[in-house]
Amino acid sequence: MNKVCAIFGGSRGIGRAVAQLMAQKGYRLAIIARNLEVAKAAAGDLGGNHLAFSCDVAKEHDVQNTFEEMEKHLGQVNFLVNAAGINRDSLLVRTKTEDMISQLNTNLLGSMLTCKAAMRTMIQQQGGSIVNVGSIIGLKGNSGQSVYSASKGGLVGFSRALAKEVARKKIRVNVVAPGFVHTDMTKDLKEEQLKKSIPLGRFGETIEVAHAIVFLLESPYITGHVLVVDGGLQLVV
Amino acid sequence: MASQLRLRSALALVTGAGSGIGRAVSARLAREGATVAACDVDGTAAQETVRLLDGSRSEEGAPGGNHAAFQADVSEARATRRLLEKVQASFSRPPSVVVSCAGITRDEFLLHMSEDDWDQVIDVNLKGIFLVTQAAAQALVSSGCHGSIINISSIVGKVGNIGQINYAASKAGVIGLTQTAARELGRHGIRCNSVLPGFIATPMTEKMPQKVKDKVIGMIPMGHWGNPEDVADVVAFLASEDSGYITGASVEVTGGLFM
Repeated sequence: MNKVCAIFGGSRGIGRAVAQLMAQKGYRLAIIARNLEVAKAAAGDLGGNHLAFSCDVAKEHDVQNTFEEMEKHLGQVNFLVNAAGINRDSLLVRTKTEDMISQLNTNLLGSMLTCKAAMRTMIQQQGGSIVNVGSIIGLKGNSGQSVYSASKGGLVGFSRALAKEVARKKIRVNVVAPGFVHTDMTKDLKEEQLKKSIPLGRFGETIEVAHAIVFLLESPYITGHVLVVDGGLQLVV
Repeated sequence: MASQLRLRSALALVTGAGSGIGRAVSARLAREGATVAACDVDGTAAQETVRLLDGSRSEEGAPGGNHAAFQADVSEARATRRLLEKVQASFSRPPSVVVSCAGITRDEFLLHMSEDDWDQVIDVNLKGIFLVTQAAAQALVSSGCHGSIINISSIVGKVGNIGQINYAASKAGVIGLTQTAARELGRHGIRCNSVLPGFIATPMTEKMPQKVKDKVIGMIPMGHWGNPEDVADVVAFLASEDSGYITGASVEVTGGLFM
């Protein structure tokens, strides 16, 4: 099986760290983001001949076009990482409907659309591995993150159902659930305060989540699993 | 994934190393550069594991110090204390990777299970892991060393299994134990995680009636049993710094069974 991996959300944060790790391991990568320039810059930084594509994962047409382009220029995609996510924190009573829709569309619908688009090739190729980036918030909830939590929790149900659907076709589907990780998404949090409740006493780094994602992509007997990478936080929230 | 040397300079203590998952774990950790202290209640089996490790090493020219075999019944407090003392004396340091694979079954339906069968399984599978985890943690904390403690539980600990009420209870206990250890030892830089294998081809599962084995395959999404190397792959990840932000986790390696 060739080693071509598509990383949605690969230009920044966790997705970018995954790209760095996988480039080192010899995978050929498609870095996909809404902003083509940023995606190209990220692909360029990796050295080698990795490609960049622009795509809004919430738009089915965009996603289909992107997969067609990837197949044309890179070959069959057997590894997929869904790391494109947004959050719009707000207490539910103050949440705008458009923010509900955008979080659900990007975080949940987007991952479902990319998985669907990747499925035909993976079935034909008789193999594939998918990791969807969830969150411990999707498992435990958090005040001010009810919609984010729904969008990330939904990924778990989706991934497990898909895992059962395609397991016999040698395709594995897993979820990584990070806790608090140093990225643009968490830069405004009160880290000094939050650190105190985490058993490992610190936030995580994107490279640590990336290692967990690569592990799930490659470990041969794991599917339908939610791997928590959170310094022990899930035990105390 | 071969050709990774993530555990160069690590000393790993593996219990239950004489067969099955414990032996595969020992081999994988050694291949990634660890020095392995292989322990089993069957001293001869532990020695055989070390022989296999030494054999592979000389074939591949791989690095790593001298692996050693130890005999101990982990359900006995004194034996476990002595085990850690001997390991520390042999290698001049405590093990920074501790993998508890030692486990037994004494299957019987609830309505007929003897007190002895209950006690033996709890003693080896749960008390044994408590004793090893405690002794290893004491050694690591007093020498200020970081570490990774990996306890082999089972998917049966999550969902139960007909005929295995003692085994299921012991393995569920391992999860609670490991989570608590993770919370207490996080401040000392010691990570603690459980691994929950499904049906893996080892001497323990060989004993299962063929009819049951055939039925089980139909329930596994991936359609086949796992092999011990699949579990060792998970243990190697948890032992290494690649999993440096993972603690208190329960990692299932089941081919999707009972997800």
